[in-house]
Amino acid sequence: MFEVTETLQLEGVGYRWPGRASFELRVPNLTLARSETVLLLGESGSGKSTLLSLICGTIIAGSGRVCVAGTDIAALSAGQRDRFRAEQIGLIFQQFNLLPFASVQDNILLPLRFAPERRNRLDDPKQETARLCHDLGLPVGVMSAKAGALSVGQQQRVAAARALIGMPPLIIADEPTSSLDAATQATFLKLLFAQSRAHGTTLLMVSHDARLSSQFDRVIHMTDIAQTTRGTA
Amino acid sequence: MIPRLAFASLIARALTVGMTILAIALSVALFLGVEKIRTGAKASFADTISGTDLIVGARSGSVQLLLYSIFRIGNATNNLTWESYQDIAKRPDVDWIVPISLGDSHRQFRVMGTTPAFFERYKYRSGQSLVVNDGAIIDDLFDAVIGADVAATLGYIVGDPIVVAHGLASFTEHDDQPFRVSGILEKTGTPVDRTVIVGLRAIEAIHVDWQGGGQIQGQSTPADALRRMELEPQAVTAALLGVKGRLKVFGLQRSINEYAQEPLLAILPGVALQELWQIVGIAETALIGVSAMVVITALIGMMATIFSSLNERRREMAIFRAMGARPRVIVGLLVLEAIVMATLGALLGLGLLYVGLTIGQPLIDSAFGLWLPIEPPTLREFWVLLGVVAAGAIVSMVPALRAYRMSLADGMVVRI
Repeated sequence: MFEVTETLQLEGVGYRWPGRASFELRVPNLTLARSETVLLLGESGSGKSTLLSLICGTIIAGSGRVCVAGTDIAALSAGQRDRFRAEQIGLIFQQFNLLPFASVQDNILLPLRFAPERRNRLDDPKQETARLCHDLGLPVGVMSAKAGALSVGQQQRVAAARALIGMPPLIIADEPTSSLDAATQATFLKLLFAQSRAHGTTLLMVSHDARLSSQFDRVIHMTDIAQTTRGTA
Repeated sequence: MIPRLAFASLIARALTVGMTILAIALSVALFLGVEKIRTGAKASFADTISGTDLIVGARSGSVQLLLYSIFRIGNATNNLTWESYQDIAKRPDVDWIVPISLGDSHRQFRVMGTTPAFFERYKYRSGQSLVVNDGAIIDDLFDAVIGADVAATLGYIVGDPIVVAHGLASFTEHDDQPFRVSGILEKTGTPVDRTVIVGLRAIEAIHVDWQGGGQIQGQSTPADALRRMELEPQAVTAALLGVKGRLKVFGLQRSINEYAQEPLLAILPGVALQELWQIVGIAETALIGVSAMVVITALIGMMATIFSSLNERRREMAIFRAMGARPRVIVGLLVLEAIVMATLGALLGLGLLYVGLTIGQPLIDSAFGLWLPIEPPTLREFWVLLGVVAAGAIVSMVPALRAYRMSLADGMVVRI
């Protein structure tokens, strides 16, 4: 892996959703350093989801550059972008993160199936799965359980383990705690921070909850980094 | 791992998936069952007569001769004179010859006059002989042996009297000379089941007092007098013939067809059966068509199931996409799923076919005289099963492509 100081860099990015409802997002500059934990605050409709899609490469900016771990993702083909996402980014959603019919182990190992480099970083992926489950405070024997049988808090920890496995440089968490109660929320964040710091991973968490701010290295507001325009087509 | 996840996903939707598999299985079982019955019927049809080298009758068409002499359908336009019959019988190439005389009936069943050699020479289903189930074959002049269907339909037992009607569907009966059921044959699945067999002399005996289609007024020869009479027929309807050595069949056939004294026709039963099947066989094409449509319906049902599952599985697709799966992995998942369902359906259908055959075999045999052999799947059946799986895969491309477009549009930001 080549060394870059910026894990994520957006420059003069503009994106306009195709279709009737015209919505345009502009992000002049956003940079995340290596190992940085950043909280991105924004109201719903502020363009957070669009921004995350741009970073993950499922949509491509109309102008500007989106660089993840030093690579301009616009330069990649669609297939390469999918592979790149699997290799570079661990994702945690708000809820329903897991394939409910699959075992916890299969859920955690799933990204490695599409990211051979991430897989090769591990000597024994199953052992790493067990370690992550243990470190994230999941009960012994949870690996073979069906993911759908777990509590929501446990499911989010499994999702965290899935994002962390194979040490991707960037973890994106999209309101991962919004479906958890306060106590579970605190425990989850503590565990997530501990693991991402241990791996030197950059963490970008999106939320509308400003109370979490104190735990992050840096807090940015959607309104500060981006302009959105809405109009009629 | 991906196939394992696909399986797990299928198992999670066990009920709808199970129903889909069952629908495919039933349609496959129906299709293969129709195939079995069709090939069985064709074989059974060809098995109606075996061991006979030539059928000889008055000159008409080969199918017509086969129909009236063997299937007892239609009538002979002319007879084979007794002189010609004896002339042919005396030829050195002829191993055996059995005359048959038709024309009278009992209720809805044909009466056939023949010699005892018929029971020995008539073979069906690759060489099986007629077996007397109850009683004995013809001994007395007025003895009659009846087929299994005759006995079952009319409720006859050995010893019952039978009055033969003159001609077919006629009101004039030979009630002065009643017959007695001497034996009942086992079911054969051939037209013999629907035949009343009497001696060739008996056919002459009941017509002694008859002239020009009616009984001579007041004349009735006693049965014992008839038994003492020399009853030589003037003519017979047809004759079954066996040749000494297969190679002589064609020579004998040609010489009979060119018989100068009387216009005659000799046919090879197998060839005539083939000609007849070409006519009867049109129905088989229709049957195949209908059962193929049932299979197509089941596959379209599967497509509908996959379609309707797409919405509830949008999240599943989004997770795969977020983990770095390309859209073609999504397509692959759905096609794999369809292949698994179609394969399970095809195999289950094959299983159902064998269960059905095991249960139905004796029933079909006794009801229709159709023996369906239980054999390992034929190559043809294998291709049918493979075709179903391939068609399932092709059909699933439609919802798979929709999922492809959906997952491209959704990316990984679906919130449900």
